[in-house]
Amino acid sequence: MATTPAPEQMKRPMFGWLLHDGFVVTQRNLIATTRVPEVLFFSLVQPVIFVLLFAYVFGGAIPIPGADPDAGAAAYREYLMPGIFGQTVAFASAASTVGLAEDMQKGIIDRFRSLPMAASAVLFGRTASDVLRQVLVLAVLSVTGLIVGWRIHNGFIDAVSAYLLLLLFAYAVSWIGCWIGLHMPNTETANTAGLVWLFPLTFLSNAFVPLTGMPPVVQTIAEWNPVSAVVLACRELFGNPTGYISDAWPQQHPIAYTMGSCALLIGIFATLAVRKYRQSA
Amino acid sequence: MTDAITAERLVKHFGDVKAVDGLDLTVPFGTVFGLLGPNGAGKTTTVRILTTLLRPDSGQATVAGIDVVKHPDEVRRVIGLTGQYSAIDEYLTGRENLSMVGRLYHLPHGYVKERSAELLERFSLTDAADRPVRTYSGGMRRRLDLSASLIGRPSILFLDEPTTGLDPRSRQQMWEVISDLVADGTTVLLTTQYLEEADQLAEKIVVIDRGHVIAQGTSDELKTQVGGDRLEVVIHSGSNLEDASTAIRSLADGELTLDVTTRRITAPVSGGSTILVEAVRALDATGVSLDDIALRRPTLDDVFLSLTGHAAEEVAVDADKPARGRGRGRKGAE
Ligand SMILES: Nc1ncnc2c1ncn2[C@@H]1O[C@H](COP(=O)(O)OP(=O)(O)OP(=O)(O)O)[C@@H](O)[C@H]1O
Ligand SMILES: [Mg+2]
Repeated sequence: MATTPAPEQMKRPMFGWLLHDGFVVTQRNLIATTRVPEVLFFSLVQPVIFVLLFAYVFGGAIPIPGADPDAGAAAYREYLMPGIFGQTVAFASAASTVGLAEDMQKGIIDRFRSLPMAASAVLFGRTASDVLRQVLVLAVLSVTGLIVGWRIHNGFIDAVSAYLLLLLFAYAVSWIGCWIGLHMPNTETANTAGLVWLFPLTFLSNAFVPLTGMPPVVQTIAEWNPVSAVVLACRELFGNPTGYISDAWPQQHPIAYTMGSCALLIGIFATLAVRKYRQSA
Repeated sequence: MTDAITAERLVKHFGDVKAVDGLDLTVPFGTVFGLLGPNGAGKTTTVRILTTLLRPDSGQATVAGIDVVKHPDEVRRVIGLTGQYSAIDEYLTGRENLSMVGRLYHLPHGYVKERSAELLERFSLTDAADRPVRTYSGGMRRRLDLSASLIGRPSILFLDEPTTGLDPRSRQQMWEVISDLVADGTTVLLTTQYLEEADQLAEKIVVIDRGHVIAQGTSDELKTQVGGDRLEVVIHSGSNLEDASTAIRSLADGELTLDVTTRRITAPVSGGSTILVEAVRALDATGVSLDDIALRRPTLDDVFLSLTGHAAEEVAVDADKPARGRGRGRKGAE
């Protein structure tokens, strides 16, 4: 039938193929995103609704220690935005969980696994595309923040650093999401399992309320929660009110702790996920 | 040269289910090999082991001389797989799917482009090539799925029920494609429940049931195993089935099969066409009138029946049926 002559498979070092294949999968995931814009739309709407709810409903009710007492609701909004950023990027992991579960359910993973591609490229592509989507989400969220009165007070470099930390954190949780997704029997389960752990993760933190009001045990958990660190780091870098900062090491060194804990999480969960992926079903 | 595919005492159990249970296979290069078996016989499991998607519990298998357990990456370079369930991306267009697979086979860009266009044309998908796959019909998806496995011109191709869910025209088209591939030197292992399909395409057929081989050979050899010709008579509704059976029993070599609802009597016979004449005379003498009478060679259906003790299910099991794989309800092609 064919007229095209049999091809030569190209040669490249292994790592080169991992990048190449990861790029192909990333591209495929991003194209898929544009084909169902509804999903992207609602993933943008949700954090915006959070901003509006917290800003206008809880606004004045939560006093921020250290902030100008007269500032009231305005101070809370400044305090709130980095919290929403942190929470939103944490939820990026749910997309990885559901995305992988869907790929498995629809048999595409079987196709990938029968191809001579770098196996982990499916996971690298998944995490990369889910983080890239967060760039858009953060942009929309930032504009919403500016509208409700949030401001970036420090310089450009600090602001960029804050965004990069958020994306690093998104990347780390995205690997956790992948690892969970590979254990899911179907997308329905993935929809729930991808989300449940995120509520305690994000609420047991300084994202929405200062650490001061929490019972001691909860406070300790929150102090060491990477979400608290990334949120606190953002507050400092954006020049927003930080609320009470405890003596715990992660609170004193939020940037270092964010980078360290993310590196550790990526190391652990990328290894686990790649191993799980390689294990034949 | 070694064989294209070999399997030795292959075993894969899922809990209590012995999906593959000591299976042996040898497929020479350049042939079409039919793996025939009823639902749950272990066809898909076998294919998944041979294509490196599943590790066997024990036993050995090679593809193109390469051990599938030890060197799965090398096996993947030479094979193409179209699984029983659709394995293409819903959101991408047909062309994007082919291009993605081609790139992941690490083929040169220009080649992938040309080859995709060629395959889309070959499978009458050119008009739909730039539409997302979720707008495709079941048959279109099936054809795209096959195209995806052909993009790298693999020397060994695995097709798990390639024509299930296709209409007769598409099925014919698929058969032509498979014949062309083999003429080009490709080795094809195909599984099927359509006995007619194995008969038509496969030079060698292996019949499996409950995870192991129960018969093998060319389709002629298998038919010979079952024995001689069959006399089939359909009795007119006004006539007595009992009388007819009595008349035919005296001519038959063995037990008659009687189907009361269709009023069909089947009898193993020998003696060629003279038996037909005798049968007509005998039935006429008892006053039975006929709707139909024919002498036929055994089909693979008969082979099946006599080997497994149950008939092959001809019900189209489409890709939509829930996969048992870890309780995953996989949305299929159809
Ligand atoms: N992942 C799995 N977990 C548990 N049981 C399985 C799994 N995969 C297959 N089985 C069982 O193994 C047996 C063989 O299944 P297989 O899919 O290989 O059959 P098949 O010959 O392809 O059948 P069909 O014609 O219905 O496609 C069946 O009883 C099936 O239920
Ligand atoms: Mg099957």
